[in-house]
Amino acid sequence: MDAAVAEAHVAALQGEDAHAAEPFRMSAVKFAMWLFLASEVMFFAGLLGSYLVLRFSHANQFSEEALALNWPLATLNTVVLIGSSLTMALAVSAAQAGQAPRTARFLGFTFVLGVVFLVVKAIEYSTKIHHGIVPSMSLFYASYFTMTGCHALHLIGGLVPVTVVGLRALRGRVDGGKVELVGLYWHFVDLVWIFLFPLLYLI
Amino acid sequence: MSDSAHAAEAHTETAHAVHRHPAPTGFIAKYVFSVDHKVIGKQYWFLALFASFMGMALSLWFRWHLAYPEQGLLTPEGYLAILTMHGTIMVFMVLTTAPQGGFGNYALPIQIGAEDMAFPRLNMLSFWLTLLSLIILLAAFFVGYDAKNWVPGPGSGWTGYAPLSVVEKAQAGKSGAWPQTMWVLSIAVFCLASLIASINFIVTTLDLRCKGMTLMRMPLTVWAWFVTAIISLLAFGVLLAGGLLLLLDRHLGTSFFVPGNLFIDNRVVTEHTGGSPLLWQHLFWFFGHPEVYIAILPGMGLASHLLANFARKPIFGYAAMVYAIFAIALLGFFVWGHHMFQSGMHPMTAVVFSVLTMIIGVPSAIKTFNWLGTLWNSKIRFDSPMLYALGFVSLFVTGGLGGIFLGQNAADVYFHDTYFVVGHFHMIMGVAAIFGIFAGSVYWFPKMFGRMMNERMSQIHFFATFIGVYLIFVPMHFVGLDGHPRRYAGFEFAFLKTPEMIAWHKVMTHGAIMTAVAQLVLLVNIFYSLFNGPKAPANPWEATSLEWGIPSPPPHDNFAGVIPVVNHGPYEYSVPGAPRDFIMQTDAPDILRHSSSQTAHIPVPTNTSASEKFPTLPPESSSDAGGSSGAAGGGSAPSDSGSTHA
Repeated sequence: MDAAVAEAHVAALQGEDAHAAEPFRMSAVKFAMWLFLASEVMFFAGLLGSYLVLRFSHANQFSEEALALNWPLATLNTVVLIGSSLTMALAVSAAQAGQAPRTARFLGFTFVLGVVFLVVKAIEYSTKIHHGIVPSMSLFYASYFTMTGCHALHLIGGLVPVTVVGLRALRGRVDGGKVELVGLYWHFVDLVWIFLFPLLYLI
Repeated sequence: MSDSAHAAEAHTETAHAVHRHPAPTGFIAKYVFSVDHKVIGKQYWFLALFASFMGMALSLWFRWHLAYPEQGLLTPEGYLAILTMHGTIMVFMVLTTAPQGGFGNYALPIQIGAEDMAFPRLNMLSFWLTLLSLIILLAAFFVGYDAKNWVPGPGSGWTGYAPLSVVEKAQAGKSGAWPQTMWVLSIAVFCLASLIASINFIVTTLDLRCKGMTLMRMPLTVWAWFVTAIISLLAFGVLLAGGLLLLLDRHLGTSFFVPGNLFIDNRVVTEHTGGSPLLWQHLFWFFGHPEVYIAILPGMGLASHLLANFARKPIFGYAAMVYAIFAIALLGFFVWGHHMFQSGMHPMTAVVFSVLTMIIGVPSAIKTFNWLGTLWNSKIRFDSPMLYALGFVSLFVTGGLGGIFLGQNAADVYFHDTYFVVGHFHMIMGVAAIFGIFAGSVYWFPKMFGRMMNERMSQIHFFATFIGVYLIFVPMHFVGLDGHPRRYAGFEFAFLKTPEMIAWHKVMTHGAIMTAVAQLVLLVNIFYSLFNGPKAPANPWEATSLEWGIPSPPPHDNFAGVIPVVNHGPYEYSVPGAPRDFIMQTDAPDILRHSSSQTAHIPVPTNTSASEKFPTLPPESSSDAGGSSGAAGGGSAPSDSGSTHA
């Protein structure tokens, strides 16, 4: 079928959507990222759901043990992580405007805030373990270490692409689409913490 | 590449970038570390072929033991280990990989007019993760090796119920912790592979369709793979979470799934306390029930596709079929509780799950009646793919009838954990899906390998397997009604040791042996035809979808650089006034108005001449008014006899 015939066929498609692709006016990789986040939501829903099921059957025990958690540090971490989402959003808008130095700066802030979160988390963990509080101690601490651990691993996973696009921006190369992808993931990890913080530390 | 102008910049980085480079030439690049969806589809297919024979051999082993327990072929713990490995291999490595990873990978991009999947490298990654998962699973046979009392695998069953799957002492034998750990790790890796693959399928289906391939022009196979991918995306994440918690319970001493005061082997388990075994069941079945549809939906799509193809009629109720697929997928997420009626569930909850389960019968019946409606008053061509498709419908209906009994929470008090359950799910999820795999294999073999399979061997294989599986699984229902519990390594209770019960078990075992012998015919057919089969024409089945408009096997980029334009729906068979009894999706839009002058618009595949070398097809052509005698090559000039209806 040569090109002219193909054109004739397109012309014959009266009332038919000739452009079947791109249903959401969104690039394929961005769509794939949203789907990936959907699967991540199901993964964390599995963990959070398990936590809630166990908590309902051991309400008093869970409430008592939760008192031992260091909520001021966790509050600090919440602020740090929301701050990192802000700098990430600024990095995305800078990248979409093509401003490489600004993008690099905000990605740098994001990276630093992410590391601060992990350092605070490490302090929390080591204090707990120092006091003999380990995952096998109780159902509550099993849930605590599992969920915050999964979250921390996701955050570490997020630092890698932040570094990659950040270094590229430092060298003056900036791709708004790529930074936005990293941003989507970063905001998701932030959002997971927004669920973990009240469910573990506050109630 | 002309249609890439409307594609996002991302496309140029993914699928299209691959084909800017010439096709790989070296053996390793072409067949091993390939990013070509066709090669990856074949890799999945061969993986599933290997795994299915592995799983079948295991089933013969314990099936023989069940008929002749006095021979002592298996210890009770060995029986459980072999049974677990059989179930896990079959569910994950055959029923999940072959229909979706194999045929979906191979045919979906071609059927929507794409040159490859949206993310070819991720596609390769998901295959290699699947292979890694299989290797880890097979390692479970050996990691518990003990010269005195070797238990070849974990003993928890494919459902991995806690605390059996958590507390080492709960399992008999000396196999230690590693077989069960290997099992969990294998499942976790498989989850990752399936998640990556499902993202790829969804994006490909929505973003890479060629011009004119609107959603409602997609073949039902594509719809089925698409919806299956959505189910995988949402189900496997939850299983991954469950597997992680199980792993932590096993190796970090947590107690998510282990209750307190567990008494095993005359000893109270003190290492774990306070958890909930029901929690594992919820997490597992939240995945496990959608998994049933992951296995069966591609088969449903394929059955619809083949019934229309070989009945030479449009599929009855195309839109209803699409909506029924969605309805089944949606409802499939709300019925997991029917696996847990006897696990300790509030009767009111059980009623809700029961009613939702019954509602799934509605879209299932829509599909079944539409299949029958398609066959109504048609001149069926009984080629082997059609036989398997009809076999699928038969097994789906027979298996589904058992589900009506099991889905009622009151009746399930009696049926639960008996052979009735085993017979039911083997019928509907096991062999029905396997018949879908057979159908797909025989149907696409010419496209995949460029050679026809031997029709007579396929027919022998079909009839022997069809009779064989009924011989195995219908008696299972009877044995279950008589109260034989599943997962028992013999006739432990005196009341089970009746002559009737023993006789039925022997019938099942001999049916299994007959079925297994029939599979050897299939194996011989596959490997004989791979090298010696007659060269396949481009369109041996006179089908309409896009893969039959290109040579067999297709070129590296599927369409030799010319992206097709679709003008027709997928099931335009026996259209009055058409020049032949099928209108390919790429045929000219005005083919009905001037049937003969428009033939130049029909793309002519390059290897149509090979059709002369293939004398046996189409068998029904002489009786077919559609004038298919000269059209075995698909794109060859249609005869005028078909236009007499006009």
